[in-house]
Amino acid sequence: MNDVIGYAPWLVGFPLIGAAILLLGGRALDKWGHWIGVLASSASAVLGIWLLFRMIGAEPVERVADHHLSTWLSAGGLDVDLGLRLDPLSMTFVMLVTFVGTLIHFYSVEYMAHDAHRRRFFAYLNLFIAAMLVLVLADSYLVLFVGWEGVGLASYLLIGFWDHKRPNAVAAKKAFVMNRVGDMGLIVAMALLFAHTGALDFGTLFGSGAAGEGIAAAAGVSALDQGTATAVGLALLLAACGKSAQFPLQAWLGDAMAGPTPVSALIHAATMVTAGVYLLVRSGPILDAAPTAQLVVVIVGAVTLIFGAIVGCAKDDIKKALAASTMSQIGYMMLAAGLGPVGYAFAIFHLLTHGFFKAGLFLGAGSVMHGMKDEVDMRGFGALSRVMPLTAWSMIFGWLAILGIPPFSGFWSKDKIIEAAFVGEGWQPWVFGGAALIGAGVTAFYMTRLMTMTFWGRPRWTEPEYHPHESPALMVWPQVILAVGSIALGGVLAFGDIFSTWLEPSVGHAEHHEPVLAVPVLMGATIAVVVLGALVGYLMYRRDVPAEAPRGSFLTRAARRDLYQDAVNEGLVMKPGQGVTAVLVTADEGVVARGWGALAAGVAGFGAWLRRAQTGYVRAYAASMAAGVLIIGVVVVLVATVGQTAGA
Amino acid sequence: MDITNYVVLACILFAIGATTVLLRRNAIVVFMGVELMLNATNLAFVTFARIHGDLTGQVLAFFVMVVAAAEVVVGLAIIVTIFRTRRSASVDDVNLLHG
Repeated sequence: MNDVIGYAPWLVGFPLIGAAILLLGGRALDKWGHWIGVLASSASAVLGIWLLFRMIGAEPVERVADHHLSTWLSAGGLDVDLGLRLDPLSMTFVMLVTFVGTLIHFYSVEYMAHDAHRRRFFAYLNLFIAAMLVLVLADSYLVLFVGWEGVGLASYLLIGFWDHKRPNAVAAKKAFVMNRVGDMGLIVAMALLFAHTGALDFGTLFGSGAAGEGIAAAAGVSALDQGTATAVGLALLLAACGKSAQFPLQAWLGDAMAGPTPVSALIHAATMVTAGVYLLVRSGPILDAAPTAQLVVVIVGAVTLIFGAIVGCAKDDIKKALAASTMSQIGYMMLAAGLGPVGYAFAIFHLLTHGFFKAGLFLGAGSVMHGMKDEVDMRGFGALSRVMPLTAWSMIFGWLAILGIPPFSGFWSKDKIIEAAFVGEGWQPWVFGGAALIGAGVTAFYMTRLMTMTFWGRPRWTEPEYHPHESPALMVWPQVILAVGSIALGGVLAFGDIFSTWLEPSVGHAEHHEPVLAVPVLMGATIAVVVLGALVGYLMYRRDVPAEAPRGSFLTRAARRDLYQDAVNEGLVMKPGQGVTAVLVTADEGVVARGWGALAAGVAGFGAWLRRAQTGYVRAYAASMAAGVLIIGVVVVLVATVGQTAGA
Repeated sequence: MDITNYVVLACILFAIGATTVLLRRNAIVVFMGVELMLNATNLAFVTFARIHGDLTGQVLAFFVMVVAAAEVVVGLAIIVTIFRTRRSASVDDVNLLHG
């Protein structure tokens, strides 16, 4: 790999240049500038595919390559290097980001065709691709942090893309602020790592991998004691929770759906929100050294997957239902990442398949909105499969994939995670495995509900008002390609454990452990639960769906309000914070401002009084001088006399 | 004759000069008072040089003369300018710097 890694910076370079051209080019590019964005992303994807084939061609021990770009800063004994690490893990992400990203670029050309600011949109999309590639290609936490903040910025800009609407601007700000909370975790983790190991680069911390030992346990991380490793692991988890919308920092993702749908598909489903999982998998050796942190990761994953699934059941907004589903699916990945080496490959595998089928589902939702005058309320849909068959079929395959029906993509990845969750001793496999199993059933329910309300049953729209139609080819084709991925990707990569073997140079080799229940039993139970959930969902929403949501049970009402996540955040953080601010403002005005004001007024008054000494008459000044001289003279004489007397 | 008489004379001349500066309003006269004070110090310098038997005081007297000459030039120029603009040489009329 070392011979071709010199090209890797261009993966970031193309979209970065694209973004620069689009942002600096101005109005002249409004007509055709979006094609620059598409071209930049495509160039990255093509380069990525070429590098992928070179990597497949290389020996597994040579697949990890670090590339030193330049010295970022050098101060005393501290040298911070700018570099890239290309290994199977980052390569997987490069493929996901550039491939899905390019498809979504093509889709957006048509989706945003009538938007006056399409050029700006593509500039931000390119910026996002570049930042995300920096994130996954970084060879140290510090460079990763640059990408981490970059995707946060791109996400903020794109959520608030239609910022003339106030809720969108508020949603963008909410996402930004909640991500900052997570970023604090990453900063703390970096500080702890640096304080205890003196290094932030993966090569020193985790070993180079080039010697063939994969990621070595004997690298810099082993210098950490248990307590520090736990602290670092928890700080990294906080960072991951912020970026990946995991409990308790999950509240921003639903509102982030205010952005254009391609953004929801690319950033808030397929790539950026999975960065937290990437971070944890990349930091695997740290988590391996901290069982407590691992347990917390698993708990967070399990809680979020149930949380998201429950919220998904009650949402009538098609995008918010999908957002809740994303949250829930990332919960599965977190759960897997917390299980240790046995789960890393499954987490990334599910991340990859999820990237395809969820992006496909979102693009399908965008296509439905495109045909339905940007309507998102599923209670106004129904029977759309007749008028938009291609969109319906692509979404059906995405639906089958997320349900985990064999042989579609999701089955191969999700089933493995459920299986891995049942591995262990004591209460843990039963609780976490049970949560994963129940989550699968609820997922089946809400996804079937979504599909039924949208595509099947009776139409709840009327023809002259709405004129649903199939989307143009440029929008349909990306959906079709992603649907193909939803069908086949999982099966192909699971065949003979290709994917796990492929990731081994990055995440290490894991021995297979037997779950507490036999594998066929688990598989059967999962499929049974999924089919049951899907049937209930279909039967409940096949018939009449009232235009107004019924009041519903307590749980429904709670889920509709995202299980009161905003109320909790407001009550626990926002209101006390505002209280503290109010107290501080009062204290500032009452004590500080008034105190200093009084002091200033006193000085001014004294000055005004003193000013009267300045008469302007020369003789007055001369008199004061004479008086001064006289006093000095008297003092001198007195001192001299006293001195003489004392001396005598 | 007792040499301390020169010191007494210098004191008297200085007192006369200082009184002139403090009491008179005509700028020219005030100026003359200043000159008188300067020359009183010169006399004191020379006297003390004589008493101590070294030349430092006499050298300083020359310095004072040179500085006084320069000061007269500048001072008279200012007085003339003020007189031209305000038609008055009274120092009490020039009180724009009051607080």
